Amino acid sequence: MTGADPRRRGGRLRAGWGDLVMGAGMAVTGGRSGWTRTVLTALGVGIGVAMLLLAAAVPGAIDARAARGAARSDQGLPGPELSAAANTLLVAQVDTVFRNRPVRGRILHPEGPDAPLPPGLTAFPRDGEVVVSPALRELLGSPDGALLAPRLGGARVAGTIGPEGLAGPHELTFYLGRDNLTADHAMRLDHFGGGGPADEFGPVLWLLVVVVVVVLLLPIVVFLGAAVRFGGEQRDRRLAALRLLGADAGMVRRIAAAEAGTAALVGLAVGTGFFLAGRQLAPLVSLYDISVFPADLRPVPWLVAVVALAVPLLAAGMALLALRRVVVTPLGVSRQATPARRRLWWRLLLPLAGLALLQPLTDVRAGRTAATDGQVAAGAVLLLVGTVTLLPWLVDLLVRPLRGGPPPWQLAIRRLQLDSSASARLVSGVAVAVAGTIGLQMLVAGVQDEFRRPSGQDPARAQAVVSLYGPPESRRVLARIAAVPGVTRSLGTVSFVAFPASVGAADPDASPVEVRIGDCTALAEYADLGGCADGDVFLAWRDRPVPGLGPGTRIGFGGGAPAWRVPADARTVPVRDDPVGGRGDGLLVTPGALAYRPPDEALATALVGLDPTDSDAVERLRSEVAAVDLTASVLTLDATRESRQFTNVRRGLLIGAVVTLLLIGMSMLVGVLEQLRERRRLLATLVAVGTPRSALGWSVLGQTGVPVLAGLVLAAAIGLAMGAALLRMVGAPVLVSWPVVGLGVGLGAAVVLLVTGASLPVLWRLTRPDGLRAE
Amino acid sequence: MSIGHTFLGLLESSPRHGYDLKRAYDERFGHTRPLHFGQVYSTLSRLLRNGLVAVDSVEPGEGPERKRYAITEAGVTDVQRWLSQPEKPEPYLQSVLYTKVVLALLTDRPAADLLDTQRAEHLRLMRELTRRKTHGDLAEQLICDHALFHLEADLRWLELTAARLDELAKEVRA
Amino acid sequence: MTGEPLLVGDDLHRSFGPTPALAGASISVRAGEVVAVMGPSGSGKSTLLHCLAGIVRPDRGSVRYRGTELATLSDAGRSALRRREFGFVFQFGQLVPELTCLENVALPLRLERVPRREAERRAGEWLARLEVADVAGKRPGEVSGGQGQRVAVARALVTGPRVVFADEPTGALDSLNGERVMRLLAGAARETGAAVLLVTHEPRVAAYSDREVVVRDGRARSLEQVA
Ligand SMILES: Nc1ncnc2c1ncn2[C@@H]1O[C@H](COP(=O)(O)OP(=O)(O)OP(=O)(O)O)[C@@H](O)[C@H]1O
Ligand SMILES: [Mg+2]
Repeated sequence: MTGADPRRRGGRLRAGWGDLVMGAGMAVTGGRSGWTRTVLTALGVGIGVAMLLLAAAVPGAIDARAARGAARSDQGLPGPELSAAANTLLVAQVDTVFRNRPVRGRILHPEGPDAPLPPGLTAFPRDGEVVVSPALRELLGSPDGALLAPRLGGARVAGTIGPEGLAGPHELTFYLGRDNLTADHAMRLDHFGGGGPADEFGPVLWLLVVVVVVVLLLPIVVFLGAAVRFGGEQRDRRLAALRLLGADAGMVRRIAAAEAGTAALVGLAVGTGFFLAGRQLAPLVSLYDISVFPADLRPVPWLVAVVALAVPLLAAGMALLALRRVVVTPLGVSRQATPARRRLWWRLLLPLAGLALLQPLTDVRAGRTAATDGQVAAGAVLLLVGTVTLLPWLVDLLVRPLRGGPPPWQLAIRRLQLDSSASARLVSGVAVAVAGTIGLQMLVAGVQDEFRRPSGQDPARAQAVVSLYGPPESRRVLARIAAVPGVTRSLGTVSFVAFPASVGAADPDASPVEVRIGDCTALAEYADLGGCADGDVFLAWRDRPVPGLGPGTRIGFGGGAPAWRVPADARTVPVRDDPVGGRGDGLLVTPGALAYRPPDEALATALVGLDPTDSDAVERLRSEVAAVDLTASVLTLDATRESRQFTNVRRGLLIGAVVTLLLIGMSMLVGVLEQLRERRRLLATLVAVGTPRSALGWSVLGQTGVPVLAGLVLAAAIGLAMGAALLRMVGAPVLVSWPVVGLGVGLGAAVVLLVTGASLPVLWRLTRPDGLRAE
Repeated sequence: MSIGHTFLGLLESSPRHGYDLKRAYDERFGHTRPLHFGQVYSTLSRLLRNGLVAVDSVEPGEGPERKRYAITEAGVTDVQRWLSQPEKPEPYLQSVLYTKVVLALLTDRPAADLLDTQRAEHLRLMRELTRRKTHGDLAEQLICDHALFHLEADLRWLELTAARLDELAKEVRA
Repeated sequence: MTGEPLLVGDDLHRSFGPTPALAGASISVRAGEVVAVMGPSGSGKSTLLHCLAGIVRPDRGSVRYRGTELATLSDAGRSALRRREFGFVFQFGQLVPELTCLENVALPLRLERVPRREAERRAGEWLARLEVADVAGKRPGEVSGGQGQRVAVARALVTGPRVVFADEPTGALDSLNGERVMRLLAGAARETGAAVLLVTHEPRVAAYSDREVVVRDGRARSLEQVA
């Protein structure tokens, strides 16, 4: 080729355009292998894009849920007390829990024709009828339904709640109609909706959210980078052939960029398809009691625009970067020479810069601004990207001194020595995810004490507490509870508030006193009784005696009952925390000491022990209690209590980490398959000369195993560094939490094992000796 | 190159007059050097003498061209022997081989076998030369190589002809 | 020629989709002989070779190696057979690009659990015999085609196979180099008593054989039988 290229006369611009068109054409033509490569890239990119779109849809989904939640809210702003009118409604909250799934329940009683209808309902359920969510209807229809039904008051299912009345498709919720609902046990409303704004996230939670976003999205971006390089070896070879035909470096660059960009565009389309299809599947999924409607998953438009622009640009950028490394000279790729050593300094630069950004932020509690958010995000990104840049270097460092070993190992090592970047690229997504998870979990572990307080409850003494207001026959009710199968112990007491009457009912200093009636065993849960026999009465004081109360004090029970006198032999005993964590002054009375029936408004409380091997015991208990009184509460005891937002963030993190790892695993599988495909001829030749397939399998495992090992080590180191920086930021003590490291590393390793296992059948197929002819 | 065998081959496909024989010969094999009548009649009289051909019929009129010749049993055997016998591999063999192939096609004999036989013969010699070459000094090697390259050329020609036999058969029988 | 045939292919048929690659090919190879397989492109030579080596299963017909029917062996069994008893030289692309030439040659031995040191020593000897000792430390991408081919021959012979299958081993080489590879292959095979099944388009390469088999339209014929 001599003289001026006639095409060039049309101007550089047009020539450049021609190259781009040619590159784009190559992405979609170029025979079966060309297609396969484009399809694989598109798949990989598609998965990444779908994830990004999903992430972009999360704010919308949260908003939609929150909006529906607000619209059906019956916790109206405190306002003037309403009186019964044509437009009022009585609502009682009868929430329950079924097999750890929350069930939202309301009893409705419209007081007039204009009573507001809750969203999702077309008509009020009549007395004895219930309207349920589709998920609840399904549950009721299942074999478990019988266990759950009593909590709906045994009502007939008369309808289904529409989607606008549900937080998500899997929500369990019902509206029960009851004409005997009275204002004593219910709230009066004239509209639904309103209610205060959700609690503000504190600065530490915000920090968590920012880092979660970085940690979840970065691996996807990293994987996108790897996906656009699928089939890189072949592409390089082809570009080298183009150079032989006389293409100059610039042309090759434009062609490569256009080709990668086109594949990324196809990937973008595929990803959009995945997202749209996956969105339809959204109702099938329910994670941690959260489910979403397809329509809720609406990506934020400007984020969609960012994704649509960034992905092809990233692809083209990666292709150019890769070209720089391979330097496609006319003979560049046909000969695989020993690669140059990788330089360390710039690879270290990124994570160090990240640390430098995170370091000065020592107290985010003092003030959170958009600038600190940005700084945290940028620092975390740089630090995590360090995993990507350091990984090939580390793999090199690991494999360089290695020699030999058994043949599969030798094959793997030599391959890595020659080109570690291809394998490292595949693993880098997982490594980043693991590093991020470790860093985050460290932060979570470090700050969780702040959000997680001991509840004061003692689940060792009782596993559930049942409270019923004014049961007509409290003793009988308590006996019913004790008889529920799976209830191992039930300590029932009846308590009410009374006034000492000795000083005169009008005494302004006279404070009400709690009287608790129960047998000796039950009372022993509330105070250290010493000895006790039926007929005994105890005065239990927290710190000092209630003034005006002592042996001989007369106590009025109200309701016209004659006053009762505290016996003279009543002993004063130290109060004890009850299993719920409460501790109150009061009179503890054994039934033998009290001749009267307690007043109607008394509270019956049962401390219930449950058979730990019988997971349904608590369900039967709840149902039995509901059969007595729908509004009664059954509280299961837990030693700690967590802040709701913190729980949500932590759950979000877990969901995100699992989904990210799974998707990365899937994409990694695509990558591994692509690498195998690229080497199929060699593999087939090796099998033809009698190499056992198992040897090839091991060599493939080694080829991913070594980078994985390096990746996990690096991820642990970077994760710890990030965790330490984040903990310092919130002022928590910097402690290495080995279980967290183990969890992160374990998750990553599990993904890799899964991927390798899944790729073996394909390896088997590719290594059929007939593959000798392939290409 | 044996004109006699060629004549026999041509006669095997059908009895001919001397003049026809010359025409057929010139057309197929004598592109550059047509036969003289003298050559034709001396060859024919030799074949007659050896009993390989016989005069089939004599048409009224004068001159040798009035005689029609046919191949005898002995003649057929002779052609058969000639065709199945590989030629001693030597340079510039193709005219003989070509003639043989055409005659085989004309007489419906398996021409491919003829080529294969020849090919085996060529390769046999090549093997011998190769063996000599591996044990010989450089001079010997060079000489052997010269012969080998020529033989290879012939062998390639044989291969090519074998690949085109069908085509050739069509043309010859046309 | 005396002795029982070492490797016998009988009435082999094999089609790829609608294309019949072999249509009743038969061939037998005796111990120690070098057989040239020739024939036009696409006539089924490679397929015949692959069938005989147990790489491709024939649709019909049998392949017996020392009396054992290959079809009765498991995949692993045939792999082991190829590894222990057979050697292979292909036209190109058969060396593992990541391994050095020495390691490539040592690979079949190592697969047979020969210790590395010993395997590499023997590999080195073979490289020397094939006059390519100087490229031992280089990777296949860094050596010339002829050198690579000789390395491949060394790899095929290093295990002391009884049959060497060579599919156009000199296809990409000039005549001098091609013959050199052939001379070394045939010489080494004769020395070790290995039979060689050699597919080639080049008569001068075929001239290193003892016998020639021509494949046409999926059928093989031994030329000696024609004469
Ligand atoms: N794996 C395969 N898939 C499809 N067709 C095949 C396959 N292997 C061989 N063939 C076909 O079988 C026929 C014989 O092929 P084969 O490779 O054996 O020929 P060959 O004699 O080795 O040719 P060449 O001299 O060109 O190498 C050809 O028509 C080929 O297209
Ligand atoms: Mg072939």
